[in-house]
Amino acid sequence: MSNLAQFLTVLIAGLVLVIAGVTIAKLISPISKNFQKGEPYECGLPTHGTSWMQFRVGYYLYAILFLMFDVETIFLFPWSTVVRSLGIMGLVSILIFITILGLGLAYAWRKGILKWM
Amino acid sequence: MLLLNYSQPLELSGIIESVDTFLRTNMSPGWATFVEGVIVCVAILALYCIIALALIYIERKITAFFQARLGPNRLGPYGVIQSIADMVKILIKEIIHINRSDKFLFYAAPFFVIVSSFLAFGVIPFGIDLQAIDFNIGVFFYTAASSIGIIGVLLAGWSSNNKYSMLGAMRSGAQFVSYELSAGFALMTIVVLSGTMQFSELVEGQRYCWNLFNGHISSIIAFIIFMISGHAETNRGPFDLPEAESELTAGYHTEYSGLTFGFFYLAEYLNMFIYCSIATTVFLGGWMPIQIPGLDALNEVMWYIPSYVWFFGKTGLLIFLSLWVRWSFPRLRIDHLLNLEWKYLLPINLVNLLVMVVIVLTDTSLAGLFPSLLATN
Repeated sequence: MSNLAQFLTVLIAGLVLVIAGVTIAKLISPISKNFQKGEPYECGLPTHGTSWMQFRVGYYLYAILFLMFDVETIFLFPWSTVVRSLGIMGLVSILIFITILGLGLAYAWRKGILKWM
Repeated sequence: MLLLNYSQPLELSGIIESVDTFLRTNMSPGWATFVEGVIVCVAILALYCIIALALIYIERKITAFFQARLGPNRLGPYGVIQSIADMVKILIKEIIHINRSDKFLFYAAPFFVIVSSFLAFGVIPFGIDLQAIDFNIGVFFYTAASSIGIIGVLLAGWSSNNKYSMLGAMRSGAQFVSYELSAGFALMTIVVLSGTMQFSELVEGQRYCWNLFNGHISSIIAFIIFMISGHAETNRGPFDLPEAESELTAGYHTEYSGLTFGFFYLAEYLNMFIYCSIATTVFLGGWMPIQIPGLDALNEVMWYIPSYVWFFGKTGLLIFLSLWVRWSFPRLRIDHLLNLEWKYLLPINLVNLLVMVVIVLTDTSLAGLFPSLLATN
């Protein structure tokens, strides 16, 4: 099978499992309406306000750092398959690339972004 | 391909080939592909569910033994039917709607989680010819596909209208994206060593020397880092902060009930299986039997054990290791967890990658040192 057919087959298998599962469960499971049942479960206490609220900025900073290194991953994967034929020049060029990114991480570290406050 | 001069009666590649030729001779190419697609679809669905049920049973039993309990022992011999009974029970439970929750995102979340684990499941080579997706960028595809799941987790936490779910999802997101980097770099180290991203070629290349030994020091560091980060990505063991039950009830899936909860549960177990089997394929030779250069009689005998038995055996060992870790260490705190990744694993990984490049360029890998014994072609 072609690559697209392989991909679509597995994708459809995943979708079929969720759709069929939820449909069957909806058909055979009991339904009883009750307002209390729909309350969010926060350990028995009534909830205050909505949960779509502000949250810690630390998560955002980690996401930004992740983005930096994830883009690096995209550049490094093609390089890693051909490093044998690139020889010493491949090592030197990627050493410069990784050093710059390492400096970025060191800067973030120094600025205290990696400290969970 | 493999050059074997004897028949292997227990391998499934013969059956697959005869079905393929039967379909191709009796139908037009389009229909044949369609029917094959349906067969693969059904097979992968069945395998997914069977592995999930088996893993749930195995986990409960092994956990019980670690804690000096008996575990499930009522239904069937040694309680083997327990997880099937649980599945039926979960199917007939009501799916509860939460007031003021975002309904569309609430139901979209299980799709992301399950589809991502299916795509990652598809790339695993279970045996000779037993692989649904075989791209030439397999390792990259695995990294991409497995990281879609976190979208589902974040949606689940966001849409539940529950503060604990929200916190759990945020923790899970931070943890997942952090450890995703380590897993990717560890795999990249092996791609540098073997020079290919296709899983079938990776397995073939490890015929006489597993990648774990081939790149010696660098490979072993990569293997340990991959196992740690795989463990953290699946939110298990000492890294189960997103669902720390004493702080966050059940984390991001607190508000899910019935089968929608079941999907998160299923995906968690399958993700454990997937990272263990990727570790097997990339580091431990996948379905390749143990081959010792020089001992031809032994090598020949080893081929009589079917490839899928080798694969599940090796994966089972890694799963046992993962369960052992899970029940041996106390839970980490979130700042310790993120420090472990960003201050230790990531710098070690970057250096390790460069060390591996040096090993490859100076031909000091085992296959480079002993080309007459260990070279595969």
